[in-house]
Amino acid sequence: MGIIGWLVDGAAIMNQIPLCRCSYGPYARAMIRVCKEESFHQRQGYELCMSLAFGTPEQKAMVQDALNRWWWPSIMMFGPHDADSQNSDQSMAWKIKRFSNDELRQKFIDATVPQAEYLGLTLPDPDLKWNEAKGGYDHGPIDWSEFWRVVKGQGPMARDRIKARKKAWDEGAWVREAALAHAEKRQARKMAAE
Amino acid sequence: MVQTTPLWEVFIRPRNGLAHKHAGSIHAADEVLALQAARDVYTRRGEGTSIWVVRSADIVASDPDQAAENFEPTADKIYRHPTFYDIPDDVGHM
Amino acid sequence: MAVWEALLELADDHLVLGHRLSEWCGHAPMLEEDLALPNMALDLIGSARTLYDLAGTLEGKGRDEDALAYFRGERDYRNCLLVERPNEDFAHTVLRQLYFAAFMKPYWDRAMTSTNAVVQGVAGKAGKEMAYHIRHAGEWVIRLGDGTEESARRMADAVEALSIYVDELFDSSDAAQDAEKAGVLPVRAELREAFDAVIADVFSQALLTQPDVAYGQRGGRTGQHGEGLGHLLAEMQSLHRAHPGATW
Repeated sequence: MGIIGWLVDGAAIMNQIPLCRCSYGPYARAMIRVCKEESFHQRQGYELCMSLAFGTPEQKAMVQDALNRWWWPSIMMFGPHDADSQNSDQSMAWKIKRFSNDELRQKFIDATVPQAEYLGLTLPDPDLKWNEAKGGYDHGPIDWSEFWRVVKGQGPMARDRIKARKKAWDEGAWVREAALAHAEKRQARKMAAE
Repeated sequence: MVQTTPLWEVFIRPRNGLAHKHAGSIHAADEVLALQAARDVYTRRGEGTSIWVVRSADIVASDPDQAAENFEPTADKIYRHPTFYDIPDDVGHM
Repeated sequence: MAVWEALLELADDHLVLGHRLSEWCGHAPMLEEDLALPNMALDLIGSARTLYDLAGTLEGKGRDEDALAYFRGERDYRNCLLVERPNEDFAHTVLRQLYFAAFMKPYWDRAMTSTNAVVQGVAGKAGKEMAYHIRHAGEWVIRLGDGTEESARRMADAVEALSIYVDELFDSSDAAQDAEKAGVLPVRAELREAFDAVIADVFSQALLTQPDVAYGQRGGRTGQHGEGLGHLLAEMQSLHRAHPGATW
């Protein structure tokens, strides 16, 4: 949970902060709110990671394991490499998307590596290396097949989550219907009294 | 019977503020539930001292196609601003 | 002095009910309640923390809030039976909340003049929280009671199921009596009138009738709980028990 707050929300923020100034008003306004919530998540997540990383050996192993699992998905959140991205051209032309996928991904990695080092955790990328010439980190190849499987909804967790939301919605139907029925009665009583 | 739960727009007046500001929207069957939902969704961090909720369907908005004729003519009416008028320093602060 | 045990009872009430409410997160009938129910849970858990802290201090054996919350088994938990009842459905949940809040609001109001400063502090904050819980839960009880046929049936079910746990709220255990005599906590039996007034008002709008409870269920204050509490604690305590001594 801590890793997700720190990395996934961190990646989302990096993706979304530029959108706060995008050309489409409703999207920009929504993004400002979302970014506020996510920056809270990121800090809460990182503090949680600190408790674990500086805690018992078992706790440190727990957070290292979570990092191993979530590092690659986090950097995949920036989308395919610029050369392979289908939707970016139109969004960038319309000034909705202001930075390219690879640009944002690079910024995220450069910001996050020192944060991981502070925690004494290892990033699961043996090819991660500082590149003095470019002033940023080089990283290993991304396995896009997993990305496309998740995006196309083939992850088992996606199935579980959607099922849970549908179940909650279906099982709550009687409550929503009751509220609407009551609202109608209130309205009728109000009109009768006038 | 009404089939769908109506959408409401939420406006919050902040603690030290004078005006209600749009905070977002919620779904609720009636105005009592709408106020409660607004409180629970949009005032979790001490954002406000007053909440207004309005059915989204009741909001009337200006037509974006009329933006030019509505708003551009004011651009050159600088005489509507206090700073347009020169008051000599001898008069004192005004 | 058993005053600390009376505070433990109160803390357990709040933690258990807070946990039950948190079980709704992500599963509520609408997004707005996915926020409202956990908000109420956080109110209760906040009170629980302060009360555990105070109880542990007065006990004087070095037990902090974590030790008290996570390292006691169900036979040592002292919450009333009402709060450990399973969520069942939304009707049960809002009625349980209404019953608890309608009791705790006048309780905290009186506790504003407690001889203990910490209790006074909790009372000032929690009284306002309970006022909101009464309103939020009450408005739902009304809408479900006077909504559709199905919601009315479920609400009537909830009344039948939960009303048998109400009387226990007004009992004072030996520890509670000690605390009451010391002016630390209000006399529970004296809150019946205020409670009944709130319930009567909501029930009349909700088209619900209060049943005659022949035999109120009791046992929580002496560690005699239903099956549900064991499962609740097993889930709530599992991480802490798996890593004793770790901080989170």
